[in-house]
Amino acid sequence: MNTLVKSSDRLVRFVNRRLSGRAVNQLMVRIPYIWLLLFFLLPLVIILKISLADPVMARPPYTPMFDWAAGAVQWFQGTLDNYRAIFNDRLYMYTYWSSVKFASVSTVLVLLIGYPMAYAIARAEGKWRTIFLLLVILPFWTSFLLRVYAWLGLLNTYGLINKTLMGLGIIDAPLEMMYTDFAVYIGIVYSYLPFMILPLYASLEKLDGDLRDAAADLGAGPVRTFIDVTLPLSLPGVIAGSMLVFIPAMGEYVIPTLLGGPDNLMIGRVLYDEYFFNMDWPLSSAIAIVLLSLLIVPIMILRYFQDKEAAA
Amino acid sequence: MNDSGNVYKQHETIAVNTEAKSAPIGHGRPWMDPTIEPFIRVEGVSKHFGDFAAVDRVDLDIYQGELFSILGGSGSGKTTLLRVLAGFEEPSTGRVVIDGVDMAGIPPHRRPVNMMFQSYALFPHMTVAKNIAYGLKRDGMRKAVISERVADVLDLVQMSDFGPRKPAQLSGGQRQRVALARAIVKRPKVLLLDEPLGALDKKLRESTQFELANIQYKSGITFIVVTHDQEEAMTLSTRIAVMDQGRFPQVGTPTEIYEYPETRFTADFIGTINSFEGSVESVSGSEMSVSLPALDMTLQVPVKNGISNGDTVCLAVRPEKIWISTSPPETADTAVLTGTVEDQGYFGNLSLYRVRLETGEIIQVSAQNRERQSERMIDWDATVHIHWDIASMVLLKE
Repeated sequence: MNTLVKSSDRLVRFVNRRLSGRAVNQLMVRIPYIWLLLFFLLPLVIILKISLADPVMARPPYTPMFDWAAGAVQWFQGTLDNYRAIFNDRLYMYTYWSSVKFASVSTVLVLLIGYPMAYAIARAEGKWRTIFLLLVILPFWTSFLLRVYAWLGLLNTYGLINKTLMGLGIIDAPLEMMYTDFAVYIGIVYSYLPFMILPLYASLEKLDGDLRDAAADLGAGPVRTFIDVTLPLSLPGVIAGSMLVFIPAMGEYVIPTLLGGPDNLMIGRVLYDEYFFNMDWPLSSAIAIVLLSLLIVPIMILRYFQDKEAAA
Repeated sequence: MNDSGNVYKQHETIAVNTEAKSAPIGHGRPWMDPTIEPFIRVEGVSKHFGDFAAVDRVDLDIYQGELFSILGGSGSGKTTLLRVLAGFEEPSTGRVVIDGVDMAGIPPHRRPVNMMFQSYALFPHMTVAKNIAYGLKRDGMRKAVISERVADVLDLVQMSDFGPRKPAQLSGGQRQRVALARAIVKRPKVLLLDEPLGALDKKLRESTQFELANIQYKSGITFIVVTHDQEEAMTLSTRIAVMDQGRFPQVGTPTEIYEYPETRFTADFIGTINSFEGSVESVSGSEMSVSLPALDMTLQVPVKNGISNGDTVCLAVRPEKIWISTSPPETADTAVLTGTVEDQGYFGNLSLYRVRLETGEIIQVSAQNRERQSERMIDWDATVHIHWDIASMVLLKE
């Protein structure tokens, strides 16, 4: 650790000697922008470009958008066919809807389970708080993929849960849990719970205990205090947690593929299939762009209301 | 309260002081009137956190309309006691009775008590008006009545124009007023104030202090103020309970606490005091003679109960009760001590001198600066004569 700090110090001193302070500052400010430009904006533009092309049996498997000749763009060619295909095909539209349904129901479930947990952690005594937080983060030490696989073993027809229930004589025949909506929900809720608990904990932990006492002092019972004080003041945590769950759950690929059946459609799977099995890069790019728009719209609306709130 | 802590040399002085302490019964001094029932009774209340007793078997009677202060340093248990009164903590032993009702098991939201928090605890997501209206809303009052009451109380704290603002848009002093308004708008039987002026700067604190007393008088609500600021407690209160390690070494009016402290803790905590250890040489009738090696003198003082020959006692005198001059005083009915000024502090209105006696004892003396600095004679290393009226000394318990 120390040597790391020392060598980074040396690097900073070296850079400082080479560049004036002002230039260093400029560079430091721009690095995040350059990063965003290279690794977010540029790929996005490429995807957008591919989504406007036609698929061809070639490498890359799509028509070029520009025809370069003599170092200049000769013609521009784009098509909205891929988008038309998506909007005209009921399967795609259904899959988007199904993804929104899975993601939003899961988000609500995660919120309902995560809120009491975050609340309990925030109210726990110092020593316990650290232990609980560690327990929340602990699953991250194992690969996400392995944790989802582990559910296979639990939910299978002759998995641990069915065997136990049958052994106890509670059920006669195994429950069909695998390859159902239920399994997908279990997978998403389990996997994304920490992403809800952590931001919720952060905003609940900040909450001044005096505010709860003040509400009680002014005549609010425990439930009323929660509704009037705790909940509204933890709303930033609720929103942040819900975003962190909803957005990746929308595009989730691993969970519906491993735990879901052919009926439990999610857009991530369709995208994967179009890309790798059908080699239809333009269509899968268009699917990705539509997905992105679906996700950006609620975020923009949210930001708008947050800004209005902050201005008030 | 008893007089035994006071030391008088002359019989007349005793008479005068006794009268001053007991004269106006009833009006303005309900604690002197045995026919008046206390409004709040704290009986043998303790609060333990593990092995630690934050509040340790305290008794307290507080009367209607009082502005009662609980004065103590940090960790003295004063805030814990306040939280017990508010219902946020259940007492480990004893009970609290407010207006004849035993508060045992009654949660905070059902007590006829409101609290003004040290942090103010204003709801950041509500406007000033909504903060104040909150308690009334919980009582299920009609909207028209609520807005009227809110307007009244905003007027009382001179914040009428600030109703639509959010707490974050207010200054510290304004927030303090809103917190006070929110706490009194329900017209509680008792208002608990936790360091109400603690977060204000000195100038604002001084003006707000009187305003707070004024609002208390106007509203007629019984105030219980917790503070660590002795000046605040002295100027505000009808009575003060000095708190130390979960107990009350003394409860009394500001004058009693200051002029007749009973214990060394009280005397030291409130103001400055010179205290001298001595031993009782003889007890005869109502007087005893105490020799004070630090001053190299023997004083005749009234006997206090339970003191006999050979006991060690502590006699104390406040710095402002001592005369200091460069020339020997012409008339003094007590021994004059001589010493040198070892240090002096100039405070503008008064100066504080640390005078080293021949015995090596250092005595603090304060004097009003009636003359300009340049004209005053007392300076570092000056030889000075000091003396004081023995009646202004107090006998302290450890």
